[in-house]
Amino acid sequence: MKAAALPPWGLPALGAALIALAAMTDQRLALILAVWFGAWGLNALLANRARGAGARLIVPLIFGITLLVLWELVVVLYQVSFVILPAPSAIWARMISETAILWADFQQTILKGALAGYAIGCGAAFLAALAIDRSGFLQRGLLPVGNFIAALPIVGTAPIFVMWFGFGWQSKAAVVVAMVFFPMLVNCVQGLKASDAMQRDLMRTYAASYGQTLLKLRLPTALPFVFNGLKICTTLALIGAIVAEFFGSPTVGMGFRIKIEMGRLAMDMVWAEIAVAALAGSLFYGLVGLIERQLTFWHPSQRRGR
Amino acid sequence: MSVAAASAPTGRRGGAALGTLVGAVLPVLTVVLAIVALWYAASVMMNRAWTLDQMERRGLEMTAMEIVADTMNQERPVLPTPHQVFAELWNTTVGEPVMRERRGQMQGNPRNLVFHAYHTLWPTILGFGIGSILGILLAVGIVHSRAMDMSVMPWAIASQTIPILAIAPIIVVVVSNLPALNNAVDAGLISEDTKLLVPKALISAYLSFFPVVVGMVAGLRSPNAMDLDLMRTYSASRPQTFWKLRLPASVPFLFTSLKVSIAAALVGTIVAELPTGARFGLGARLLTGSYYGQTIQIWSALFMAAICAAGLVMLLGAIEKLVLKRMGVKP
Repeated sequence: MKAAALPPWGLPALGAALIALAAMTDQRLALILAVWFGAWGLNALLANRARGAGARLIVPLIFGITLLVLWELVVVLYQVSFVILPAPSAIWARMISETAILWADFQQTILKGALAGYAIGCGAAFLAALAIDRSGFLQRGLLPVGNFIAALPIVGTAPIFVMWFGFGWQSKAAVVVAMVFFPMLVNCVQGLKASDAMQRDLMRTYAASYGQTLLKLRLPTALPFVFNGLKICTTLALIGAIVAEFFGSPTVGMGFRIKIEMGRLAMDMVWAEIAVAALAGSLFYGLVGLIERQLTFWHPSQRRGR
Repeated sequence: MSVAAASAPTGRRGGAALGTLVGAVLPVLTVVLAIVALWYAASVMMNRAWTLDQMERRGLEMTAMEIVADTMNQERPVLPTPHQVFAELWNTTVGEPVMRERRGQMQGNPRNLVFHAYHTLWPTILGFGIGSILGILLAVGIVHSRAMDMSVMPWAIASQTIPILAIAPIIVVVVSNLPALNNAVDAGLISEDTKLLVPKALISAYLSFFPVVVGMVAGLRSPNAMDLDLMRTYSASRPQTFWKLRLPASVPFLFTSLKVSIAAALVGTIVAELPTGARFGLGARLLTGSYYGQTIQIWSALFMAAICAAGLVMLLGAIEKLVLKRMGVKP
């Protein structure tokens, strides 16, 4: 915690000294350090001076680009073996040239396997939560069990589901259903309990029926929890669909491609698939987040600014 | 309407103990029994086809009871019954020696599930350690530096949308080809076994750091404005505020996220073992089971993993209780 006591020029001076020190032994290291400190300094400046939405977008963007540049620099300058780590430029080139295959894999794994499983699993969990909600006994019994199952390595059931449902996308969807069901169920049940006693009493004084209370009070208050579950499940769905393909799949699909190209040591193709998966995962998460912001604009966690 | 009020534990002394037992244990027990019953029903349904097929081929006549009994005791059932899984668990833990003699040396016995669990638990704990320390450090940085908050936090979130488990095979290849690691093996600093452990631990670490970052940032920011003002009236420095206020305030948050992250770490290790042809570990056990159609073996490995996860989470829960008690937190 000494840094707090340094004068304002202390950190830049420290960085410059480090770069100079590195330049004497290894000039490549000096270049990498210079890029890192330069970008970091810029970010620190922007973060402390600028306010508003612009900085919120630019600062993380600069950080991400810096990481990519550093990756490229390390690979090129130190001539890292292609098998260990291909450069971002090589991965990008491969993504451009193999777009058709990547698109087919994307359709098979994400549009068919992951999305179908996600919709079925989350929908079933939501309905189950509504059913459980009416019985306090079931709630007290299912919540601990559900929490326990949610912490289990359910990915491990992938070989079983592939055995049961065959190599097609149906078995992947089944794995996804098994993975997302309990985290979603636990969140939904918690969400349905979120409205407080006073609010429920108010509904009673209005002589609201169960359905009316559910629709007007309890579902809206449950939404933040429901979306929390939906967001957690986006990643789980992608993981489930891809990992299940390791245990058997038709000759198309992201998990299949990763497995095959690994064997051929075509690492740039493997990384291209990962880039697609990462992009799809982030978009999926972002989409759910966007819907959440539209529907739960009233919740404190959605307030903008400080 | 009064569901929430009724489910809240009321007293903790005397006669209330019985009430808690009935209120908490009975529902859980009922649900577990229901799951077991459903499981038996499902295994009868799913295994029946094979039994009927066998019956027809051999030209046997079987009563309904005999058919049901047969579906529950097949050698390679589609869905093994609970008692088969537990028998397998028992036989491969207690029924087999943990160590065995081979080529004049005492070695771990690959038929024993405890041996496989050991091979999975070590990387899990190592990865969990790396991940949680990294997570705590990142959280401290994020709370104290605005630049770090703005640049690292969005990417930490984005990093979790990458299906890391899917890229486990690459990490295993990359890490086991790292020159530094190979040099260390050649120099005799680490053994070949330890080298195999490193990639698994790294994947566990990647999965376990995120919950810790999120929980710890929330925890370090949990002291309210009044507490922070009090520290200012004491003219406490930033390090003092950190050690005396922020850190103690973050401990309950930390333990909650540690429990999430150790479960994630275990999943990471198991999946890291799947596509890499690992010979030992619960993941390897799953994989061989899937290759040879040994469904009972798969299920017993899954249950062992579940037992490990439950054990680790319970261990952390016990540590949490101890630490909070020492810190004087009222339950």
